[in-house]
Amino acid sequence: MSLVLEHVSRRVDRTLYIDDANLTFEPGSFNVLLGRTLAGKTSLMRLMAGLDRPTAGRILMNGADVTGVPVRQRNVSMVYQQFINYPNMTVFENIASPLRLSGESNAVIDRKVRETAEMLRIDPFLSRLPLELSGGQQQRTAMARALVKEADIILFDEPLVNLDYKLREELRQEMRELFKARRTIAIYATTEPNEALALGGTTTVLHEGRIVQSGPTAEVYHRPNSVLAAELFSEPPINLLEGRITDSEVTFDETVHFPLNQDLQGIGAGQYRFGVRPSHLGLVPSNDDDLELSVLVELAEISGSETFLHVRNDHFSLVLHLSGVHEYDVDEPIRVYVPTHKLFVFAQDGRLIQAPQRQR
Amino acid sequence: MAEIRLQALAHSYSRTPQGPQDYAIRQMTHVWEQGGAFALLGPSGCGKSTLLNIISGLLSPSEGKILFDGREVNRLSPEQRNIAQVFQFPVVYDTMTVFENLAFPLRNQGLAEGKIRSKVNEIADVLELHPVLHKRAKNLTADEKQKVSMGRGLVRDDVSAILFDEPLTVIDPHLKWKLRRKLKQIHEQFNITMVYVTHDQLEASTFADKIAVMYGGQIVQFGTPRELFEKPAHTFVGFFIGSPGMNLIPVQRCSGGVQFDTIKVPLSPRLQEQLEQLPSSQIKIGIRPEFVHVWDVPFEEGYECDVLHVEDLGTYKILTLRLGEHTLKARLQEDQKVPQRRVHISFPEQWLKVYVDEFLVE
Amino acid sequence: MSNKVENNKAWFLVLPVFVLVAFSAIVPMMTVVNYSVQDIFDQYTRVFVGTDWFRDILRDDRLHDALLRQVIYSLCVLLIEIPLGIGVALCMPKKGIWSSACLILLALPLLIPWNVVGTIWQIFGRADIGLLGWSLNAMGLEYNYAGNPVDAWLTVLLIDVWHWTSLVALLCYSGLRAIPDVYYQAARIDRASSWAVFRYIQLPKLKSVLLIGVMLRFMDSFMIYTEPFVLTGGGPGNATTFMSQTLTTMAVGQFDIGPAAAFSLVYFLIILLVSFVFYTAMTHADKDA
Repeated sequence: MSLVLEHVSRRVDRTLYIDDANLTFEPGSFNVLLGRTLAGKTSLMRLMAGLDRPTAGRILMNGADVTGVPVRQRNVSMVYQQFINYPNMTVFENIASPLRLSGESNAVIDRKVRETAEMLRIDPFLSRLPLELSGGQQQRTAMARALVKEADIILFDEPLVNLDYKLREELRQEMRELFKARRTIAIYATTEPNEALALGGTTTVLHEGRIVQSGPTAEVYHRPNSVLAAELFSEPPINLLEGRITDSEVTFDETVHFPLNQDLQGIGAGQYRFGVRPSHLGLVPSNDDDLELSVLVELAEISGSETFLHVRNDHFSLVLHLSGVHEYDVDEPIRVYVPTHKLFVFAQDGRLIQAPQRQR
Repeated sequence: MAEIRLQALAHSYSRTPQGPQDYAIRQMTHVWEQGGAFALLGPSGCGKSTLLNIISGLLSPSEGKILFDGREVNRLSPEQRNIAQVFQFPVVYDTMTVFENLAFPLRNQGLAEGKIRSKVNEIADVLELHPVLHKRAKNLTADEKQKVSMGRGLVRDDVSAILFDEPLTVIDPHLKWKLRRKLKQIHEQFNITMVYVTHDQLEASTFADKIAVMYGGQIVQFGTPRELFEKPAHTFVGFFIGSPGMNLIPVQRCSGGVQFDTIKVPLSPRLQEQLEQLPSSQIKIGIRPEFVHVWDVPFEEGYECDVLHVEDLGTYKILTLRLGEHTLKARLQEDQKVPQRRVHISFPEQWLKVYVDEFLVE
Repeated sequence: MSNKVENNKAWFLVLPVFVLVAFSAIVPMMTVVNYSVQDIFDQYTRVFVGTDWFRDILRDDRLHDALLRQVIYSLCVLLIEIPLGIGVALCMPKKGIWSSACLILLALPLLIPWNVVGTIWQIFGRADIGLLGWSLNAMGLEYNYAGNPVDAWLTVLLIDVWHWTSLVALLCYSGLRAIPDVYYQAARIDRASSWAVFRYIQLPKLKSVLLIGVMLRFMDSFMIYTEPFVLTGGGPGNATTFMSQTLTTMAVGQFDIGPAAAFSLVYFLIILLVSFVFYTAMTHADKDA
């Protein structure tokens, strides 16, 4: 079962919610929709589910046009942010409910419910009521109900937001395992870049109703097609510097100069925007051609294993994502190193000109 | 400004608690020094909300005392304790402008209008609220609303502590960064005790100087983010802090160290000696994925394992390995070479921890 | 993003309602419009008079007086019932058996039909056998709704307050229950006085239910007919003759169909206009200046 969106738009009154979306989802794929609040993730999902009708474009399932087909006839499941279960049915009955609707025999229902519950590790709680369970178990129940139906498409709308950090980590991992052997298309909306990375599969970056970039998750992360994609898919936010390339050197903010190196030679002279990921900046040079910058410490956020170091000078501020603990005082002068071979180069209009080479 | 002290504090929602299982907070004695930035970290149901309500004065503890600067405040209401609180969902006075919101606590105290104006402007500066100062609070974004509700605490000179109850829950990740940074800067600027309650270890550790990790109604460790990471005092801390958490493997004693699934792990003589004095056979070893050394060539003292899975998380990679019957995780830097199928690992002695009955043996 | 479902089939679901409304409102209204522009003598004789009837009734002093009485009456109803309703809601217990008891008690007057209410008060207020009338007179207060215009007017007002304040109170009560606890906590921390809590938390959050309350009570009181009709028949003099009674007299009593039709259209427009003004004023109050 494949799902294709062709020039799909949705407009309500004057507001454009989705603007010309073109997407293809392969059977058995795990797809992440990444975007900030109001980017259009939920709108897009509602269109895929058939809850809303696009104002333009077509939606194809397995090649057949389903644009006007309502949700009841589409065989989709949805899991929401809130833990939505039938409060007065047991966990077993909750999971069984879609099967009862489709009129399966009791033996089949029993087998499928137990299988799914086991997979999601809620089999000990089958006879309890949802509200007697923890948040994580409640969401697992909702997920089991979505899975047991063997829908063609399962839509997850930020399902882990209301769960504890550790539970999220755990469920995220389980999700990937769950979908490995299935033919279902899984589509998962999130606001968190790190969640997209952890889930893998493919990622579609959305912003203000438009698709910014779509592709295999690692590919999108390592080769964002624009400044916008890089900003949206980076946590902590990617560092951006205005700069210029001439025949012999590179200048940042009219103040920092360094000789043109091999990586940047092919680009040609002109004004550019340079991006560098916080994790690529260092406190010691990692390479001969690293650029040294004198900066003042603004803030050091230490998270046990890592430090997020916020630094600035008169012209720009940077964030460093360092491993290990680095304690600094506010306004302490330090040197940081920018590996010039790890620079993203963007055109003035935001288009990607060059992404750094990846080591394999 | 205040030091917050919990003295043999315990709380049970049941009137006649039968045993430890009836307590939401088990007896604890604990001090938060004046002016510090603290976090109360734990999963849902660990008792952190109960403890927060006891500190803020919404709940009176069933046993023990809570002292502010040495003064017992068990029965004092939140307003009598001079506590400000930022809630999970932003609370603003909808009909007022941002300015009026910030001025509200001062007006309630009957301050002169000129004083109010200068104070509000000062705080609006710090919180970067000037562009929206005369907008109605109702029309703000979630992060602006949270800043306003924090601002209402900061404008008062008499506030002894600000409590944060998972304040970033409704904020988008890219704004979380900004707001968290703002919080930290404010703490450095104002000499106010801040207690931040969360289940998110990253929020806790970036905000707080010291974190109290709560588990089952108890504070299992109180320390700097670094201590929690490098020397977890309890297996729960090891599991809960760090992403992914600490690798924990149940082991048995053997000569020269411990063993699991025929794999022998040598321990230092000091640790062996300590271990012998403890009767319990509930022993685990723990090592953080960050500290597992990974090599692609065999070497002495190394353990050979299968690579089950590699995750690329952008800035680093997570390797899932099988050692004996157990799975382990190891964390690799972005540029580190990813070994194929089989690897050799070692546990640096410094980072290998031993736990008996879930508590660290040192 | 919008959570509205757009589905063209939804129009078919609306169709029965539309047909119903057409029969119940649009068709009779068109009949009224038809009457209002003609002078009808008998079954076969009718003359088109244009806007004559409208001009007539807009100049009619009797109607001006009725309108003035009506406006004052409705204003008084709102001014008493809304604050009183809010007050009652604020005083009600928040949970437990007493809150259920209060709810039942409050709901009781709402269950009594209009004409029964009128009859109850007619007897209740009588100076000879009514508890209220007799007691007032016994206390030395001269009270006679049948003879004294002020007494009559006040009694009609009192009836409405007694009958309908509960509705406002119940609406407010449900509105107050919907305010999350953290708002009260935050206000305590900010040391807000109870007046400030009311003014800045409760009142703003009550706005939407109050909007409904004000509209319902305005429309209903503006159309009051049964109670004064049962109690005083509009007297003494014209003291309690409100718009609807004037209209009835005109249409049924004097059989002036044309002017009555014009009058009812004007009546309808006034209600529509005032409701619209209320609604706009209250929904736009929170926009940024």
